[in-house]
Amino acid sequence: MGCTELTCILCPQGCQLTVAGRDGEWTIAGNACARGEGYALSEATDPRRVVTATIAVTGAVIPRLPVRTAGAVPKGCVLPLVRELHRLTRSAPVRLGEIILPDALGTGVAVVASRSLPAG
Amino acid sequence: MGPEVDVAVVGGGPAGLAAAVAAKEAGAASVVILEREECLGGILPQCIHTGFGLARFGEDLTGPEYAERYAGLAAEAGVEVLLGTTVLGLAPGPVLRAVNPSVGLFKVHARGVVLAMGCRERTRVQAGIGGTRPAGVFTAGVAQRYLNIEGCLPGQSAVIVGSGDVGLLLARRLTLCGARVAGVYEQLPYASGLMRNVVQCLHDFGIPLHLSHTVLEVHGRGRVEAVTVAQVTEGRPVPGSETVVPCDSLVVSVGLIPENELTRSAGALMDTATGGPVVDSRYRTTLPGVYACGNVVHVHDLVDHVSAAAAVAGADAARPAAGPAVPIVAGDNVRYVVPQRLVTGTPVRVYCRVVRPQRDVELAVCCGSRVIGRRREAAVRPPELLCLDLPAQSPDELTGPVVVNCHPREVA
Repeated sequence: MGCTELTCILCPQGCQLTVAGRDGEWTIAGNACARGEGYALSEATDPRRVVTATIAVTGAVIPRLPVRTAGAVPKGCVLPLVRELHRLTRSAPVRLGEIILPDALGTGVAVVASRSLPAG
Repeated sequence: MGPEVDVAVVGGGPAGLAAAVAAKEAGAASVVILEREECLGGILPQCIHTGFGLARFGEDLTGPEYAERYAGLAAEAGVEVLLGTTVLGLAPGPVLRAVNPSVGLFKVHARGVVLAMGCRERTRVQAGIGGTRPAGVFTAGVAQRYLNIEGCLPGQSAVIVGSGDVGLLLARRLTLCGARVAGVYEQLPYASGLMRNVVQCLHDFGIPLHLSHTVLEVHGRGRVEAVTVAQVTEGRPVPGSETVVPCDSLVVSVGLIPENELTRSAGALMDTATGGPVVDSRYRTTLPGVYACGNVVHVHDLVDHVSAAAAVAGADAARPAAGPAVPIVAGDNVRYVVPQRLVTGTPVRVYCRVVRPQRDVELAVCCGSRVIGRRREAAVRPPELLCLDLPAQSPDELTGPVVVNCHPREVA
């Protein structure tokens, strides 16, 4: 039976939460409000993050293009995804929102350009 | 004689963009932004993380996305933009003296000038870090630019001093780019950045946060080789607690300073608590026709607040609202209050920062014994800016100075 310690990020109070149990039987302690319970549960069962990184770009005034996942991906994907992105190169022009990877590591979430970069 | 415009905005970052758009929306015929860099957005293009725009656009945007969205709004509104243009002086009129490569020196006469130059980073020297002066010491914003714009890794193993948001974000970026972050050292007993950044940038990657610790000294000749860190109590290093941490770079994230050379040299009254000019709730400085907004006034933690306040400044620069003003001052456990003067007759959003962390409090805005606004908070921390909306006040209701207090909540 796992026991996880978390800091709640939903308000400046920063409650220290404890999540114990597994598979639908969770005991959450330390939260001052109901929102904290939801946060603890999602962090314990399926923590997700939006990933932001840069990829190489040629033919633009700067050498890096900022990119982001269109939604949150499982936390475990963050580092492998960034490594994959670091291998990519695009050439300018690039439009904001243009798809860089349609399906990041099989998560079903796309990686898109987060800035327009004209050629030049 | 230079060009005449309704509103001239100094700086094309988030504050300048929001002020310019709002000025146009309020009916200004001609609005011009004078921007030193070759692109709009200020610091936003290098802030590639999300967390921008939740309040302003109802979406969690990255910095470049937020900047591009606002630059688009400015273009649609018909705001004129002069890039590569440095403002050298501000004289009564108001008149701006500026320079750029295509025109040379020129003057801009404006009915309203909005100062939106933003802020700059405190450096190693200002943080009192001694030792040698090798390569490898960066402010967090400079390291962020190297990484996110230039694509250069500033070092292989870093120590970060100060736990401001940029430092925390950089700890994550460096780690994701393959560098090792030995630790973040914060001299206060609590983190200076937002809680979400502590969790998502440090906890997620197992980067240690050493509270009540600081960096005393840098070692190395050509390049940083190590730093000496020590425990701190009551602002002083504890003798005997020093440890040497090997690293090839030191990232300094020890706070921001409003950039106000222009404001000061023009003679605006300044507030020592914020480092910015004293403004009223329409963001007018004490200089006729001169407004200030964004990080020039005080350092914000969320860009959405910058845009909201700058929009008030821009709108008033286009169409000044009259009305007497009364002072609004910091009371118990409040470090500063912005604006510093309250114009009667219009609703006002008041921003403040507390002196020390406190739980279960009521933030109350009072004029004598009358409470004009109050808000309960489960917890307050100095790094998190607090805001409170006040309804429009009539001049005869505000008989004396207005005070903002942060008091423990009374148990009913």
